[in-house]
Amino acid sequence: MASLVPCPHCGARPKEEFTIKGAALARPTPDAGTEAWMDYVYLRDNPRGLYEEYWHHTSGCRRWLVVTRDTATHDIEHSRDVALSQLTDIRP
Amino acid sequence: MTSYRLQTGGLIDRQTPVSFTFDGKRMLGFEGDSLASALLANGRQLIGRSFKYHRPRGILTAGSAEPNALMTIGRGGRTEANTRATMQELYQGLEAKSQSRWPSLEFDIGALNTLLSPFLGAGFYYKTFMWPAPLWEKLYEPFIRKAAGLGKATYEADPDTYEKCWAHCDLLIIGSGPTGIAAALTSGRSGARVILVDEHSASGGSLLSETASIGDVSASVFVQQAMDELHSLSNVQILTRTTAFGWYDGNVFGAVERVQKQVALPNVALPVERLWRIVAKKALLASGAEERPLVFGGNDIPGVMMATAMRTYLNRYGVAPGKDVAIFTTNNSGYALANDLEARGIVPVAIIDSRPDGNSAYAGKARVINGAFVSDAHGGKALSSVSIFKSGIAETIKVDALAMSGGFSPVIHLACHRGGKPIWSDEQSAFLAPNGLKGMELAGAVATTVGIAACLEDGANRAAALIEGLGFKTSPASFGTVERDIVSPAAKPVWNIPGIKGKAFVDYQNDVHREDLGIAVQEGYGHVELAKRYTTNGMATDQGKLSNVNAIGLLAQARGVSPAEVGTTTFRPFYTPVSFGALTGAYHGEHFQPVRKSPLHGWAKKNGAIFVETGLWYRSSWFTRDGETTWRESVDREVRNVRVNAGLCDVSMLGKIEICGKDAAEFLNRVYSNAFLKLPVGKARYGLMLREDGMIYDDGTTSRLSEQRFFMTTTTAYAAGVMNHLEFCAQALWPDLDVHIASSTDQWAQMAVAGPKARLILQTVVDEDISNEAFPFLGAKEVSLFGGQLHGRLLRISFSGELAFELAVPASYGESVADALMEAGRNHGIQPYGVEALSVLRIEKGHVTHNEINGTVVPADLGFGKMVSSTKGDFIGKAMVAREGLTSSERPQLVGVIPLDPNTSFRSGSHILEKNAAARLENDQGYVTSSAFSPHLRSTIGLALVKRGSERHDEEVMIWNGIRNEFTPGRLCNPVFVDPENEKLHV
Amino acid sequence: MRYSALSLLLNGLRGNKTWLPAWRQPEPKPHYDVIIVGGGGHGLATAYYLAKEFGVTNVAVLEKGYIGSGNVGRNTTIIRSNYLLEGNNPFYELSMKLWEGLEQDFNFNAMVSQRGVLNLFHSDAQRDAYTRRGNAMRLHGVDADLLDRAAVRQMLPFLDYDNARFPIQGGLLQKRGGTVRHDAVAWGYARGADMRGVDIIQNCEVTCIRHQNGVVTGVETTKGFIGCGKLGLAAAGNSSRVAEMAGLKLPIESHVLQAFVSEGLKPFINGVVTFGAGHFYVSQSDKGGLVFGGDIDGYNSYAQRGNLATVEHVAEAGKAMIPSLSRVRVLRSWGGIMDMSMDGSPIIDRTHLDNLYLNAGWCYGGFKATPASGFCFAHLLARGTPQETATAFRLDRFTRGLMLDEKGQGAQPNLH
Repeated sequence: MASLVPCPHCGARPKEEFTIKGAALARPTPDAGTEAWMDYVYLRDNPRGLYEEYWHHTSGCRRWLVVTRDTATHDIEHSRDVALSQLTDIRP
Repeated sequence: MTSYRLQTGGLIDRQTPVSFTFDGKRMLGFEGDSLASALLANGRQLIGRSFKYHRPRGILTAGSAEPNALMTIGRGGRTEANTRATMQELYQGLEAKSQSRWPSLEFDIGALNTLLSPFLGAGFYYKTFMWPAPLWEKLYEPFIRKAAGLGKATYEADPDTYEKCWAHCDLLIIGSGPTGIAAALTSGRSGARVILVDEHSASGGSLLSETASIGDVSASVFVQQAMDELHSLSNVQILTRTTAFGWYDGNVFGAVERVQKQVALPNVALPVERLWRIVAKKALLASGAEERPLVFGGNDIPGVMMATAMRTYLNRYGVAPGKDVAIFTTNNSGYALANDLEARGIVPVAIIDSRPDGNSAYAGKARVINGAFVSDAHGGKALSSVSIFKSGIAETIKVDALAMSGGFSPVIHLACHRGGKPIWSDEQSAFLAPNGLKGMELAGAVATTVGIAACLEDGANRAAALIEGLGFKTSPASFGTVERDIVSPAAKPVWNIPGIKGKAFVDYQNDVHREDLGIAVQEGYGHVELAKRYTTNGMATDQGKLSNVNAIGLLAQARGVSPAEVGTTTFRPFYTPVSFGALTGAYHGEHFQPVRKSPLHGWAKKNGAIFVETGLWYRSSWFTRDGETTWRESVDREVRNVRVNAGLCDVSMLGKIEICGKDAAEFLNRVYSNAFLKLPVGKARYGLMLREDGMIYDDGTTSRLSEQRFFMTTTTAYAAGVMNHLEFCAQALWPDLDVHIASSTDQWAQMAVAGPKARLILQTVVDEDISNEAFPFLGAKEVSLFGGQLHGRLLRISFSGELAFELAVPASYGESVADALMEAGRNHGIQPYGVEALSVLRIEKGHVTHNEINGTVVPADLGFGKMVSSTKGDFIGKAMVAREGLTSSERPQLVGVIPLDPNTSFRSGSHILEKNAAARLENDQGYVTSSAFSPHLRSTIGLALVKRGSERHDEEVMIWNGIRNEFTPGRLCNPVFVDPENEKLHV
Repeated sequence: MRYSALSLLLNGLRGNKTWLPAWRQPEPKPHYDVIIVGGGGHGLATAYYLAKEFGVTNVAVLEKGYIGSGNVGRNTTIIRSNYLLEGNNPFYELSMKLWEGLEQDFNFNAMVSQRGVLNLFHSDAQRDAYTRRGNAMRLHGVDADLLDRAAVRQMLPFLDYDNARFPIQGGLLQKRGGTVRHDAVAWGYARGADMRGVDIIQNCEVTCIRHQNGVVTGVETTKGFIGCGKLGLAAAGNSSRVAEMAGLKLPIESHVLQAFVSEGLKPFINGVVTFGAGHFYVSQSDKGGLVFGGDIDGYNSYAQRGNLATVEHVAEAGKAMIPSLSRVRVLRSWGGIMDMSMDGSPIIDRTHLDNLYLNAGWCYGGFKATPASGFCFAHLLARGTPQETATAFRLDRFTRGLMLDEKGQGAQPNLH
């Protein structure tokens, strides 16, 4: 795995500074139904290749990031601040 | 004749003799010697025994691939097993002991195994030792384990220190031979940040063993001049005695520097080893090539040595291998040695060259036998002769040393650490590095460049290209003409040597010989990975550096395919073994993990606290008083005192989080399962936080200090986790909410003041009216203290069930405020109490902690069913908490449990069985989550999670603690043992 | 060919030229009653028990590489049955009982060695948790002993009792726990299955699962189409990838777990010891190397390699537990890919397609489970019903809220 993780705020930082939550999935709406919630909480695509994950820069800026990473090569393609990128989507 | 020191020559300091011992025998070497060269100089060729057959073994190499010369050095906590004599620098007083022998190196009983060797072939142990079954553990395995292992580890702790650090550079150059030096000069002159690492004690690599000249100077003087220049460049960092052991993702290299492994007594101000994590924009691997042994009978007899190693001992250390030296070679490497030997007056008795045409350029005096092989070497503890096989005619020559060269394998290990597979090259007769490496290039011999001049050029050119790619301006360094350069192009490999009679070893240390590989193929273990696992070839401490390619060649021939088809096993870290000490740095013993101390630590200490590790914290467990002989006496007193008078407990370790913003209330309403939207200002509320799967994650209280400002407390254990979780919710789930979150755990000292007299005591320091009317239960507000000298936060919440408050003050004032409260409470009988008493008080009151919130309970299990809002549109955990398995009536539920006889007792972790049920897992009803002696009830009490527990109050059960042989008849009951009506809270 | 001391003697006298292949190298037949995807420990064990216990011998095991090239070939060799939950404990005890007679059963010395597994505890809370666990074990007749500090000290005098950041209070010991020579398990099952007619087909990668009207009919492979009655997936590490071929999305993430071996040392650690104040566990092999490991690296990965930071964490915990390891050198690290399931427990179940069966989600506990996993999967394949100790390993337990969560960490695989 990447020994260094690019943080959009702090630059490349050692992996040990981060906490990994897992798949960066959109949380279903409360009334989305059992299947959608099962999918969100329990089922994973678990791809071999590019994967979007939530990483928290715990010992740094404490921002939650979406890290796009290749699970076969460990190369990190991209990382973005999850809140800022969503807000940009909302208010371009 | 044995090896001996020549009168002149070598890069050793003959003015500085160094005394050392080997197996207790005192010997002398010189400053600049390796342990191996010093042993050879002392005529010591038998230096160890092999693992399986206990065959006598000698020094084979002059580097880190050494499989034979492993010794135990040092004493006490500095004892180091399996040290390679070839890499260990000699120091004054060094004590070395041979390994794998009993009773002595000269006479080793284990050598009898050789007689049994027909029955000890590859994988023999998988086929026997099975009958009768109990004998495996009673007889066979203990016998095997007695024979197992190399050196003996010490039981003593290491007295020395280690450290770790990071380094960043534009270009990391691995290896400081001609290629590395040329690359370092080229890149260093450009101003780029360069790190040059080399595993050896001195820079120079193969140049230190060379007789060539570069420009007008000898190779060693050339190295000296180049290194002088590099040392003068502030942008170049030179790390000798530093092994780059692994290439990790992100172009991070792990390297270990042996800072003080060459001294008898380390300077205490320095570590003995230092772990480097080197972040390199680009890396240049200039690790050279490793010479391959040849697989002939007796190729392990002391006196048989790699040709380049023999050259190193001759040229660098001034040690001759013997008087009658033969050379068995498949390439020109053997001739370089022949020339050097001749120059030192030792004309080789024969050069046996596998090539029909040999080396036409050779003009030395040695007899050359082309198209020939050494089929067997003879001797016991020392080499006596070799048998030569040529066109079916055998000849035996008396020798006391034999050099061998089976070609070269580029040292591509690091290049393969990130998943790339090596590629076989027929042309080079070697495995080459994978293509398309990111961030790393290869130069010099590792990239199959041969000859000093070519390596200098290659190193300079590749470094220039890499550095220019990073935006530096440079031109490749240029060098003078190289004289007496040895250009040894790749030669056809020789896997199967004809005419072999004796045991021909492939993996020396693990005693794997060529027939073993044959058996592996015959039995279906011909895949290179299976062959490795079945025969143990390549699994020794050298990780197959010398053996793997030969094994692949032999497997290829046995299977009738090319080495390319056989492929390699996987190269993995570590290139050479790395100590726990280096990987650990300072993080061991008491410094294994950091220590967190409460701002009230000093207060607790002076009040007699006994501390206990709780996560990273040291919490006050109880406070001993004079005359108390057991912890229980102290805890019982503290508990009673809280119920009768008042106690002060340090609760600063609770997680404390500030939550502000326009949408703070809405945010809390979504992260807690119960309602928070309408919590009035000035009020605290107990909250349950679920995970998305519906299980309880954590609990705590949150207070509304103003319309848009909340103060949350969490449990100690989950303080960090809850903070991360809240940030996740705020940033990832609901970034549109206006909410700001900050941890203030370390900013507040927080103390619980609990007991009937708590208000009396607190009122003396709190300026505001805190009467029940003015400040009722679950009140929460900012207060002024000591007549306005200080401000704090006061919460009227209770974990003990008594009238209680929690007062938070700025951390640095914590101790003074606690002192003042103790002073104010002196006449009211205030006493400090610790987490043990806190725990008793909360069990008496039926309050839960993470003993009960064990990650598999939903709110209803703990009687909190009503705290799962049915009216809120959304909160974490809402969607999953209603699944059938989580609402089943069979689920474990919180109950109290007491022994039928109050004089009996039980413990947490006991299971609950129905009264007369058999002790079987299917009869298991649940378990005791928490237990304590209650001074209030004068009995042990407990909380338990029991199937359908809430319906089973008053049922008699068996409290079953089979692991301690304790079986206590008990009764389930209401989990609230004290004041079930909560009257005390509201006084 | 039966292995014995006599066979060693006779073959030795004949210059070891007469050993027969341990298994055949057959070409696939067009159709099998059962095809197992994955020639690792679980797949080979399944085939072995199908043939031996359930009389189903028209079986093929398809392996994309060489047999035993997955986690059975790169683990830390530990066996134990010290499980807590009712859904797990009897299954792992079945596995332990199978280990206990395994070598005589399949005529291969896998060096099953019950030298004990000791879990250290360092706090009252850990002690209570181990008491609960030990009692759960005892209730099922599994051996368990709670040792105090003095007893641990007597057993392992070289642990850090005096300078430790988290002093050792005691330990939970399962004497019947221990280690097994991991590769030999794959080989023993392979040889035993082969002898009973199972075709073990290496270098045969499944590329597609064929099904019609909700019924599986066979697999496309790199050696062509192979038809089957029933198809069993036992491809840990790659379970999600294989299941995807059947349109099945699993509650599984693939994670990398590293393990390590030191240079050989004269044996001084007899059994397995796990540290309770950090991620570290260690045993010593019959060859003398310390075999040890720690936590998973923490991220999804299909690359069989780990991170340096995790290496350091493991070493730190190791030296914290045994200070004298300081000068012991670590020889090699490796990484295996784990099927980390959402509750930390495995799945042995049928699927949404008829005749498609799944064996997956073993987290880092798969090795010890090998015999029982094979036995129970064979039971399910042969009889169509779960074996009695494996009834809780259902795929729908997540939907129904019947998770088997020993650690109580919830649906986050990197915390299990």
